[in-house]
Amino acid sequence: MINQGMTKKDKVNIREMIDQNQRGNSIKRKVEKAIPIFLSLIASISVLTTIGIIWTLLSETVEFFKRVPFLDFFTGTVLKPLSQNPEFGVLPLLMGTVTSSLIALLVAAPIGLMAAIYLSEYASPKVRKVVKPILELLAGVPTIVYGFFAFTFVTPLLREFIPSLQATNILSPGLVMGVMIIPMIASLSEDAMSSVPTAMRDGAAGLGATKLEVTRKVVIPAALSGIIASFVLGISRAIGETMIVTIASGSTKNFTFDITQSMQTMTAYIVEVTGGDAATGTTVYYSLYAVAMTLFVFTLIMNLLARAVSKKFREEY
Amino acid sequence: MNQLSEKQHIRRTKFRLLLNKFSKTIFMLAAFFGLFFLVVLLSKVIADGIGFINFDFLTNKLSTQPERAGIMGAILGTFWLMLVVAPVTMFIGVGTAIYLEMYAKKGRVLDFIQTNISNLAGVPSIVYGILGMTVFVRAMNLGNVVLAGGLAMSLLILPIVIVASQEAIRSIPFFLSEAAYGLGATKWQTIQRVILPAALPGILTGAILALSRAIGETAPLVVIGIPALLIPFPGGILDRFTVLPVQIYYWTLDASLVAEYANLAAATIIVLLVALFILNSTAIIIRNKFQRVF
Repeated sequence: MINQGMTKKDKVNIREMIDQNQRGNSIKRKVEKAIPIFLSLIASISVLTTIGIIWTLLSETVEFFKRVPFLDFFTGTVLKPLSQNPEFGVLPLLMGTVTSSLIALLVAAPIGLMAAIYLSEYASPKVRKVVKPILELLAGVPTIVYGFFAFTFVTPLLREFIPSLQATNILSPGLVMGVMIIPMIASLSEDAMSSVPTAMRDGAAGLGATKLEVTRKVVIPAALSGIIASFVLGISRAIGETMIVTIASGSTKNFTFDITQSMQTMTAYIVEVTGGDAATGTTVYYSLYAVAMTLFVFTLIMNLLARAVSKKFREEY
Repeated sequence: MNQLSEKQHIRRTKFRLLLNKFSKTIFMLAAFFGLFFLVVLLSKVIADGIGFINFDFLTNKLSTQPERAGIMGAILGTFWLMLVVAPVTMFIGVGTAIYLEMYAKKGRVLDFIQTNISNLAGVPSIVYGILGMTVFVRAMNLGNVVLAGGLAMSLLILPIVIVASQEAIRSIPFFLSEAAYGLGATKWQTIQRVILPAALPGILTGAILALSRAIGETAPLVVIGIPALLIPFPGGILDRFTVLPVQIYYWTLDASLVAEYANLAAATIIVLLVALFILNSTAIIIRNKFQRVF
């Protein structure tokens, strides 16, 4: 804004001072110009990481599909990478992954949602301040610790009730994985429910609805997109989870619906192949990338889906 | 609609109120389930492991004999790994955050990078292991040394550091930079001497939480090929190494062969959890003590 009291001469002087200042500090000026360029290079590292991931996975996956037909991979129910006549069907791995993720969701969705309801609708701010961090502690426990717990505690405990349960099985890691994703579902759902305006609750309460009815018929429907997004993100976490399933669900490539059996997930297969003796250039080695690519695409779709759901159906109040 | 008689109405209301009370209890139990689970998990781990923690266990080398095995190698490995991960992620993470918050023009490019970062946060950690194995271990021929593992781990936690730093920078009110500009400071001087110092507590909190994630992460390192062999203590970033979670992994796997390995795994878990607890408390202390409300 131009100050009315300022004469033309004053303005010129200031302009000159600035110019002088800049001329006198050519190094400083160069730094000012170089910094954004340098920082933009640093910022591009995250983009380069994505390109690196996709390039790495894609180039080796293409190599794999030169040796194993695309259809055989996605429709094969037998995975025998190291036998005389190797077969590379990914379905047993998909089965293991989907089964363990579904078990996890069956645990985490109801418990997480109920915890979120408690925190958002029933708990006093004081209680919320204590309970929320405790719940978040669960998310900070390393997955290897959950794996140890599933293998040495949950499986033996379950075997007391289900005698046919194998030492490695898909049920126990699925349950433990469910506990692992409870905090994620609880906190995202709570965010969604807390953002429902109080006026809507008051309206229902004014008509005589109990708190449960308000929650069930007003808050949850209004927050539904956020809740669904939290479930989808939870599944995505479970699909990508590695250590719990590697330890507790074994390495048997079973194509079955029996959850007491050992099954291998995509992530556990990757660990097995990299830890084993798959020499570079063998088909087994390339199958690692094909499976990793499948895993990557799966989780990417899930993450994009969660984002789309929470964005598209976000209600404006 | 049928009208309810007064009697029916009272009975129904009573039922609805009872249901409300009942479900409140259920919801509360669900919220406290996590606490219950943590208690069970911790008591199991402590019961298994506490008897095996002593000076020798902390300072000995790995050994095939359970009673002589120690985790000094894994502790040193974790230390060296963090020596790579901490500076690399801080530098790239904070640099990216400054660029995105202070320099990048609003528009497609910014949206693209931002979307890209949030997608990276959802990529399974094992994929970072494959990236590290392919690019750092094999293509760059580093071998499975601390540097290769550290770089892969840095990329994994980078999104956390970037997002936390961005939030910290964003929370610095605009009048602080305006005051700096008013005194004739250039943009970089303002960032360097006003914005970054003010945002430091937030940035540090995020960085420590990211580091604690890196300390507990196993999958990428297993994929990179951290050995279960008896290797010498690592003395630098170009040495082969193992870390606490990987040690836990191999001992848990071998527990069906030698029962004591399960105890060793539990003892190592205790050490790991204590380390994480210290890190997380530090983050909370920094957040509470240094966070100013403008």
